[in-house]
Amino acid sequence: MIQLKINGTSRQFDGDPDMPLLWYLRDVVDLTGTKYGCGIAQCGACTVHVDGKALRSCQTSMKTLAGKSVTTIEGLAPKADHPLQKAWRETNVLQCGYCQAGQIMQAAALLKDKPHPTDKDIDNAMSGNICRCGTYQRIRAAIKLAASGKAAKA
Amino acid sequence: MITVKNVSRRGFLEGMFSAGAFVLATRYLPEDAQAATPLDTAETVDSSAWHPSVYLGFEPNGSVIIVAHRSEMGTGIRTALPMVVAEELGADWSKVKIQQAIGYKKYGDQNTDGSNSIRSFYQPMRVAGATARTMLINAAASKWSVPASECQAKDGQIVHAASGKKAGFGELVALASSQPVPAPADLKFKAPADYTIVGKNIAVTDQDDILKGKGTFGQDAKVPGMVYASIERCPVLGGTLKSVDDSEAKSVKGVIGTEKIAAFKPPAYMFQALGGVAVIADNTWAAMQGRKKLKVDWDLGAHASYDTTAYKKELQNTVRQPGTPERNVGDVDKAFAGATKTHEAEYWVPHLAHAPMEPPAAVAEFKDGKVTAWTSTQNPQAVQQAVSAALGIKQEDVVCNVTLLGGGFGRKSKPDYVVEAAMLSKQVGKPVKVVWSREDDVHFDYFHFPAAMYIKAALDEKGKPTAWLGRSCYPPMLQPGLRNGGLGSMGWVDVPFDIPNFRAENGKAEGHVRIGWLRSVANIPHAFAVHSFIDELAAMANEDRVQYLLGALGQDRIIELGGRGGRGGPSLYPLDTARTRRVLEAVAEQSNWGKKKSGGGKGYGVAVHRSFFSYIATVVEVEVDNGKLRIPRVDTVVDAGLVVHPDRVKAQFEGAAVFGAGLAMSGEITAANGRIVQSNFNNYTVARMDEAPMETHVSIIGTDKPPAGVGEPGVPPMAPAICNAIFAATGKRIRELPIRKQLA
Ligand code: FES
Ligand code: FES
Repeated sequence: MIQLKINGTSRQFDGDPDMPLLWYLRDVVDLTGTKYGCGIAQCGACTVHVDGKALRSCQTSMKTLAGKSVTTIEGLAPKADHPLQKAWRETNVLQCGYCQAGQIMQAAALLKDKPHPTDKDIDNAMSGNICRCGTYQRIRAAIKLAASGKAAKA
Repeated sequence: MITVKNVSRRGFLEGMFSAGAFVLATRYLPEDAQAATPLDTAETVDSSAWHPSVYLGFEPNGSVIIVAHRSEMGTGIRTALPMVVAEELGADWSKVKIQQAIGYKKYGDQNTDGSNSIRSFYQPMRVAGATARTMLINAAASKWSVPASECQAKDGQIVHAASGKKAGFGELVALASSQPVPAPADLKFKAPADYTIVGKNIAVTDQDDILKGKGTFGQDAKVPGMVYASIERCPVLGGTLKSVDDSEAKSVKGVIGTEKIAAFKPPAYMFQALGGVAVIADNTWAAMQGRKKLKVDWDLGAHASYDTTAYKKELQNTVRQPGTPERNVGDVDKAFAGATKTHEAEYWVPHLAHAPMEPPAAVAEFKDGKVTAWTSTQNPQAVQQAVSAALGIKQEDVVCNVTLLGGGFGRKSKPDYVVEAAMLSKQVGKPVKVVWSREDDVHFDYFHFPAAMYIKAALDEKGKPTAWLGRSCYPPMLQPGLRNGGLGSMGWVDVPFDIPNFRAENGKAEGHVRIGWLRSVANIPHAFAVHSFIDELAAMANEDRVQYLLGALGQDRIIELGGRGGRGGPSLYPLDTARTRRVLEAVAEQSNWGKKKSGGGKGYGVAVHRSFFSYIATVVEVEVDNGKLRIPRVDTVVDAGLVVHPDRVKAQFEGAAVFGAGLAMSGEITAANGRIVQSNFNNYTVARMDEAPMETHVSIIGTDKPPAGVGEPGVPPMAPAICNAIFAATGKRIRELPIRKQLA
């Protein structure tokens, strides 16, 4: 039996300990905001925070999560008013939207580390997250907007 | 539990409406009379109090329900088409509820493909809005005993300015529904200058849900009692199952069992299921793990020797021989015979995969001889057709609910994965969710065709082409033996340059993997060849590229292609070279072309291409350093006629720049021994943030013309503009994609 927290709620898991967190979130807990894109740590669509650090949930097996605290896009900000969510709205970043939860979770970890990232910092942090619709320039702009503290839209 | 809200089927059963028909509902249902079903809890057009159009319904509380009948895959179409209805109606946008349509032919074409949604449905949406507006105005006028001509619709109300009388749409619903329906010819439309919704950058309707992680994509659909399936398919097209040992698979925790799926009936794979062995489990992970334990023996069949290296040679040999003429002007052979100077070159574009961010997925439930599906599809009516054919049931017994799509690019117009889910549900007696892995997606795509191309030109003393022979060869889409033309001739027959002798030819080839269209289709290889070749001619003439192109375009003129070079009628959208010229001039100005100096590893390239009836000119800046390519800036000028949502149009071109740059730099699918070599994003690489164009600047002009396409036309100019810029930077001419290995 593995005890962990998902978005602040305590959960118990007694399934296959090798099951990646991604599939536990999506199929068992019905938190489908975290997406499957590649399953091999190549695309970042599955990015969540584990104890505040951005991790690829497709590569994080349940057995490594005992006592850990997981945050998904659904739990990033209770009112969906994280500075990045606001900046994403103001910049109209998303196209299909499928990659965007992963992008936002990755960017949130970046801003925690580096509140005022340079272009190079953004490239380094974000190049593991693929957006097949090609929204990169707006992602970059939205991260800068969030970092500036000027994103207005709730 | 995630459920998908879609337009109810109940309403349809009360009467079948023909496409575009205006149906006057005489019934008046109070809101609480709308019984909700578990999968359909939202207000719907067909159960609304009044629905004067298949696309539009009203509630007494003032809600306006607008049907989005096209699929949302990132273009913003679920917002943009309802904006057109709301505009003509005079609706209050905050009271508009958007309802996704199920597949149903009464909506007209639902295949969200071919950059066609605004082009084909701008006018029907205006008709829907104007019809209802006219009836609401007539209702108010009769209520107030004032002339209808003195009343206006504004912000969800009918207003009579002289008397100051006002009534909300909701109050007028009962009265409006008994007004005579105006004939389409009698409708008056708003002048674009008076638009207050169309042309505004309204946030897309799904933005908030998606930012909260609440948007429902096909991969997210879930219904009660559902099981999960992961399918092992034959690695070679058309191979069949000899035997399977599933004993180890069945011992994986969570695995429920295995099911065989019958192979498609050759030779036309079309939208049929490929066939294979499905592992059924109580979660996706278990199904995937079980699948790894299957021991399957295949009879690989006729395509087991497919090898893309040998195939490339075969196609290249074909274009060195005469092909079938697709378009012929003047006398090319005579012009070559008398020419003093000629130039010829060959080009190559390999197979490409769509790789939408969301791999294909579908939930289907077979029950009482009927199928209900929930899936990310570009074409729900094709789902109905393909599922009905596979299961031997009637098309109207297939209900296809459309979720959000995590990208499509043409892949999700082909509903083979929904057929798989429907077949499995029938076999196991439960709702089944088929999840494609990324490896499945890359191995079993409907690949973009590889193309070999050859162009020869005769040149006058100034280096301007007087004759042009283009030969292109690629395998047909969806079905072996099909002749390429139409979609396949895009970008090849419709070369805009003023050349008195012109012949475009096509060579024959057969496909050995599934072939389908991908974002901008044949324009990808053809634009690459045509706009690289014209750059070669400009280089030979030692002329400024923009000046050379303007000269090659010649006098402004209309080229009638008789419907060739893409879908749609020729009369509304002839090739108007004045528009080609204008976007080229505009992009030169925007990019400050005249002041740019190429050389020393930095270069500028240009390409101007018309596709899906839109005119696009693109300037790309590149830096080549130690074999590494960077794209600091892209400038694009778009003439797509009338634009409904400028910001979403710009976003399409920003995205197309990334998509086009990605395929040009590294897009390549290869096959050996009949099997696709690539498997995932580690070896089928797409553009990432640090490789994508840093900035793409998009301007929109020419909005007084009828609306044309925007989803695809940004892609074709990218590869040639990049390669022309590389030539300008380094003197190296790239004639084969991808660029990747050639810069070192
Ligand atoms: S799904 Fe985890 S990185 Fe792609
Ligand atoms: S928005 Fe579609 S993949 Fe990023």
